[in-house]
Amino acid sequence: MKVLSFNPERCIGCGICEDVCSETWFKVTDREKSRIRISEGENGSFSALYCVQAGDCIDVCPVEALSRNKQGIVLVKNKVCVGCLSCVGFCPYGAMFYHPDQTQVFKCVACGKCADACPENALEIVEIDTPRAPGLQV
Amino acid sequence: MSDKTTTILAEFAYTPPAVERGYAGQTLYVDVSTPSIAAKPVTEEMKEKFIGGRGFDLWLLWHGVKDGTRWDSPENEVVISSGPCGGITQYPGSGKSIAAAISPLTDVMIDSNVGGHFGPYLKFAGWDAIEVQGKADQEVIVFIDAPGGKVTVEAAPADAPTDTHLLGHWLLEHYAPSADDYPQMSFVTAGTGSEHTRMGCLNFSLYDRKRQDLRYKQAGRGGIGTVLRDKKVKALVVRSFPISGDMNAPADLSKLQAAGASIHKEVATFDPVQNHMRTSGTTYLVQIMDDYDLLPVHNFKFGRHPDTPKIKREVWEELLTQGLPDGCWYGCTVACAHAVDGYEVKTGPYQGQTVIVDGPEYETVAGCGSNCGIFEPWAILEINFYCDTYGIDTISFGTGMAFAMECYEAGVLDAEKTGGLELTFGNAEAALEVLHQMGRGEGFGLIFGQGIRRMKAYFAEHFGADPQFVQDIGMENKGLEYSEYLTKESLAQQGGYGLTNKGPQHDEAWLIFMDMVNNELPTFEAKAEALHYFPMWRTWFGLCGFCKLPWNDVVDPKNKLSPEPQKIMHHVENYRQIFMGVTGREIDYDDIITQSERVYNLQRVLNIRLGKGLREHDAIPYRSAGPVTEEEYLSRQERYDTQLREWLGLNPDEMTLAEKMAAHREYRMDRYEKLTDAVYARRGWTADGVPTPEHLKKLGIDYPDVLAVVEKHL
Repeated sequence: MKVLSFNPERCIGCGICEDVCSETWFKVTDREKSRIRISEGENGSFSALYCVQAGDCIDVCPVEALSRNKQGIVLVKNKVCVGCLSCVGFCPYGAMFYHPDQTQVFKCVACGKCADACPENALEIVEIDTPRAPGLQV
Repeated sequence: MSDKTTTILAEFAYTPPAVERGYAGQTLYVDVSTPSIAAKPVTEEMKEKFIGGRGFDLWLLWHGVKDGTRWDSPENEVVISSGPCGGITQYPGSGKSIAAAISPLTDVMIDSNVGGHFGPYLKFAGWDAIEVQGKADQEVIVFIDAPGGKVTVEAAPADAPTDTHLLGHWLLEHYAPSADDYPQMSFVTAGTGSEHTRMGCLNFSLYDRKRQDLRYKQAGRGGIGTVLRDKKVKALVVRSFPISGDMNAPADLSKLQAAGASIHKEVATFDPVQNHMRTSGTTYLVQIMDDYDLLPVHNFKFGRHPDTPKIKREVWEELLTQGLPDGCWYGCTVACAHAVDGYEVKTGPYQGQTVIVDGPEYETVAGCGSNCGIFEPWAILEINFYCDTYGIDTISFGTGMAFAMECYEAGVLDAEKTGGLELTFGNAEAALEVLHQMGRGEGFGLIFGQGIRRMKAYFAEHFGADPQFVQDIGMENKGLEYSEYLTKESLAQQGGYGLTNKGPQHDEAWLIFMDMVNNELPTFEAKAEALHYFPMWRTWFGLCGFCKLPWNDVVDPKNKLSPEPQKIMHHVENYRQIFMGVTGREIDYDDIITQSERVYNLQRVLNIRLGKGLREHDAIPYRSAGPVTEEEYLSRQERYDTQLREWLGLNPDEMTLAEKMAAHREYRMDRYEKLTDAVYARRGWTADGVPTPEHLKKLGIDYPDVLAVVEKHL
């Protein structure tokens, strides 16, 4: 399946990916509405939180709002999601996000907009067989 | 509706109001006698002082009943309310309701905490509470149809079943317009056992989307199912709207989301290494209680048994279906509401049917299992299934059966008196036959179904039982059967059971580990403080619509480093934030306790108004305080002898067994009285257990009719 991939050695922490993501999906520039979150570590390196399509969240959902499509991408059905945030707590990668402007959760669906915009090519869409933690796909 | 042919007896049209900050702003009044239906406003004073849930139940009951109201009086009410936070989806355990009525077992108000979808759906249908009064002259169903904009009282057709597992399906078929509506439906039902006993429970349904079937949670305690069936109400039915994450229109959703994301992470991280509730519910307690000599065995005589491993958590984990989101409300990741799927019923009228058995929970395993000497999982499941569908409280059944079995083994009962049933400890078939008799309304089941208090009187009057013996071993207080913890070595928990409003149910206080295991309550004053704080804190769950389990059944280990680890303040803070986030009302930790104190004290005054609620009614059976029989003393002789030396300065080597037992009894009952004095003083009550006018004034509930009750007892 195609997933987002992050190379921490290339990331400079510019945040363009977060801006592009929130603009793509929420039509605003707001890091809190991005489906990828970049943070700086103690040694000056950067890490990223985003969905690797592991699907651990699917069985936790009480209303079957989470499912995997034919391409392997885990999707949130906004009309079904009751905003319980169970998936937020149970995602081992911290990659399911929420915002008080809406009740439903949101997550990376590997659309690739951030990868296209990344000036350092730290992000790309790759084909993998087994999901791994963010930053370890490559 | 598919093939609905019921006759409408009363109809009330309404437009469901938008819920604002956790409140619909009105309560639903249904008099099934007339029948008639009305809306009552929720006042600012109700919200300010009584919050919701049990507080609203109490307020409505206070105004609905008379001084002489008994359980079967027409004016008695079944009242159900969730609370302002009930129905939020972000935090686990936030879909609870409290059901209340004047109890057939205790003659005072019973409040029973229950999951399922009814309470939140009732609110989202436009009603903060439902109040059912009167007695119908025919079988009726109350239908709250929010999308249809009406409430109706309808004649239940003759083909409508009564037992819950059948009735639920019948109601789905007759009241849901289509299968798409199943998730929006919820029912409150009882069963045939509720009709013939005083220990009837209410079943609150939820539609399980993954199983595509109905599940039930029980408002078990105190016989509210009996009251519902006495009113000839077959079911309360609500049809609500599709659920979303902001149905309560909270003042600040971000507060709910922050608390929810935090606790879900805690559950995900720590439940697998702590209590395993996500795989086996509350059954983890069985082995722990046995390890600490606290598991009720043979009518609370003993605290452990060699066969306990046969009914421990791991056994249930194998039987319970795994991998489903088994919350009793949306978003409950603690998910204790497990079920055994595909269970084939082995006895009784439904033998051979394949059913879902909800649970069992700890109380059912301990009460209907170890306490009765039954260590066969199939028997516990069978009892669990039939108790639920007949509408019988598993706790009252288990504790009552343990009492009957001890009476049988002690010679108070024999096969002639029981109609041929050999009620020895461990005889699951005999216990099940009593249960079926309760469903049919015949034989010894009719006597048994009256509960322990009335069994004691009956056995003394008709079977020549020694009144003192049956009083000592009959584990009831106020007429309610004990829930399933051994309290002999925890004075604080004796108070936690006895010094209560509704009777011995552990939801008021569970202090055994603080008191007995960790010795954190060394003085009467320390115990009294705990018997003030914890009952008030736990009452608050029932005001708001919360479940207690996510508070202390899964906890980040860092809590141990906090100043008062037993209070788990980082979770209390979550709840405070949610309350403020939903209602928009700023509160501090003291406000939480005060909110509960208002309800707790007014409930005490209601009990006094009903002729109870005084010190004499807080007395406990000696079995809960110490060893009644020689067999019991000898089973823990080393401990009891040591206590005689250390506590009383006596030399047990120079005493007869009878003398040793008498010394223990005098000491233990005396310290219960001293505890009672300390607790009453801490709670602002007189020595007779009456809230003082000053205390009521301080709490802002010094209404003239409230003061008039207490002034007669000063």
